[in-house]
Amino acid sequence: MKAYPDKNGRFGQFGGMYVPETLMPAIQELDQSYQKIKRDKAFQQELQRCLKNFVGRPTPLYFAERLTKTLGGAKIYLKREDLCHTGAHKINNTVAQALLTCRMKKKRVIAETGAGQHGVAVATVAAMFGLEAEIYMGTEDMERQALNVFRMRLLGSTVTGVNAGSRTLKDAINEAMRDWTTNVATTHYLLGSVLGPHPYPMMIRDFQSVIGREARKQILSVAGRLPHCLVACVGGGSNSMGLFYPFIKDTNVKMVGVEAGGHGIKSGKHAARFSGGKPGVLHGTMTYLLQDSDGQVNLTHSVSAGLDYPAVGPEHSFYHDMGRIHYTSVTDKEALAAFDVLSQEEGIIPALESAHAVAEVVRLAPTMKKNQILLMNLSGRGDKDVQQVANMRNIPL
Amino acid sequence: MHKVTVVNRIQQTFDNLKAKGEKALIPYIMAGDPSLAMTESLVLTLAEGGADLIELGVPFSDPIADGPVIQQAAERALQSGTTLKKILSTVRSLRIKTQVPLIFMAYYNTILAMGLMGFCKEAISAGVDGLIIPDLPPEESDELYKATMAAGGPVIIFLLAPTSTSQRRKEVIKRTHGFIYYVSLTGITGSQLTDLTQVKKNVQAIQKMAKKPVAVGFGISSPEQAHDVAQFADGVIIGSALVRNIFEHHQDPAFLSNLKVTTRKLKTALASKN
Repeated sequence: MKAYPDKNGRFGQFGGMYVPETLMPAIQELDQSYQKIKRDKAFQQELQRCLKNFVGRPTPLYFAERLTKTLGGAKIYLKREDLCHTGAHKINNTVAQALLTCRMKKKRVIAETGAGQHGVAVATVAAMFGLEAEIYMGTEDMERQALNVFRMRLLGSTVTGVNAGSRTLKDAINEAMRDWTTNVATTHYLLGSVLGPHPYPMMIRDFQSVIGREARKQILSVAGRLPHCLVACVGGGSNSMGLFYPFIKDTNVKMVGVEAGGHGIKSGKHAARFSGGKPGVLHGTMTYLLQDSDGQVNLTHSVSAGLDYPAVGPEHSFYHDMGRIHYTSVTDKEALAAFDVLSQEEGIIPALESAHAVAEVVRLAPTMKKNQILLMNLSGRGDKDVQQVANMRNIPL
Repeated sequence: MHKVTVVNRIQQTFDNLKAKGEKALIPYIMAGDPSLAMTESLVLTLAEGGADLIELGVPFSDPIADGPVIQQAAERALQSGTTLKKILSTVRSLRIKTQVPLIFMAYYNTILAMGLMGFCKEAISAGVDGLIIPDLPPEESDELYKATMAAGGPVIIFLLAPTSTSQRRKEVIKRTHGFIYYVSLTGITGSQLTDLTQVKKNVQAIQKMAKKPVAVGFGISSPEQAHDVAQFADGVIIGSALVRNIFEHHQDPAFLSNLKVTTRKLKTALASKN
């Protein structure tokens, strides 16, 4: 298989650079800087040091023995990205981009955040590297994730509420792109997922691939063979691409991406791009997009703020059309049930995003043989969601 | 055959203005804000008041290049049920009454959703002359360009910004038709324009390379600013200030006649020397 993206930032028909002229020089500069640091030994060594000593890598690959027994099928392994510093995989990317920002001699970073995990990871590395950070967040998400808003502020970042459209991740990205357009000379846009114009989808995939590289090595070492199937949730798609990409040439390894089914596909209130979307252009990239017949972007719904986004990383669209990755969806209700399952079977409270992947594992494992291996990316921890889940269950805290 | 006609309506306007020693006044309004019926009246009024070309914004749910004034106008237009197809009908109906060049400012996805070829055919037969697509840099424009060639138009007008490198200037100049849209500031629509000296320097450099008209937009709100920019640019685009004015005053009984006076003032400001 040839390497993607091509020199124009394309994954087949997907990807590209659909941005205003004002930003074009900046993304071209970013591409060049990225190519440079990719081959720069000193940069890579510094990144490895940060990943080891600050992020806490490698993260464990954990055999979920009780869950495996309860479900009665495949052996279930969890890649513990929830054990990364700040509680999610997001920091793998933010550490690397913060280092790159310093190399580009920029002093300010901006970012969007949905669940707040990326925002916290940005605020964290901004504090560590002494960068100024401004984080855009939909006001609906600020309500859902009040704890993360406080964490970002505690870390010294400015959190700016976005009160437009659906007041979620999509609108936060709009506002971050406007800020970037205005302050492009001094500011790096520290995008949080495999989205946006080239080179972001490629660069962030590469930074997150540490998940899959470690997992591949770990499973080979404990089981002596590759897993039968990989499972991860897909919002923008960075944790899933990070896990999947190092296995992409292992054609015997199946891959399942889990989208947010919200109230169900038929209700129209969901964020399952591969169940209701068609190719379109949003936030600088051509990809599957939930939109109406006039090309207006649809409002999405998910219990999980991190999956509540109408588009998906362009490389996912590419592998979807190719049939390399299979995509499915899980409803709010199923995800909430899985939230309890993992908490009670394994003593791990998953993020609501990751709970979507758990729900798919709950469906899938019993259909598989006992000697088969199911490897799931546990992309984040659920502490941030505890308050929201209690509220939904009318439990006063 | 069509293509020649189309290039001519924009180019003819700039040629005529040049012959008269005038600069182009290019107002921008959001189609469908507050309604498409009103859009039709606004276009006719602006043309009567002296607008040389008119930009029609096509509302999009996620306008990343726009500031709050145009974002909110797009929201109102979408709420009033505006679609690209309905805007094309409005253009069809306008073409019976006016020959003022009409340019769509649309985000790429709205055009993509209609189908590039289908859109270009409809647009050219309705009487749309040009397209400004803020999220479509030259690098991504090949497919749309092919469709416009096959359909005989409309022409694509590309943008240049203060951040554009000289390599990018060359590329945009080569590909743009009708005129070059120079973005006066590093930012979004409706921002405050402060550094006119730099704008002048860049516009003159582009004019020297391009031998094509250069119109300047973003951040121009008053007749005084329009006057200053017209001293060196071939055209002046006024967007957010006009959109705000329409939003605030469109219910006044005397609004259209006042708008005609305002437009005439702007056009006069462009013409006056010193």
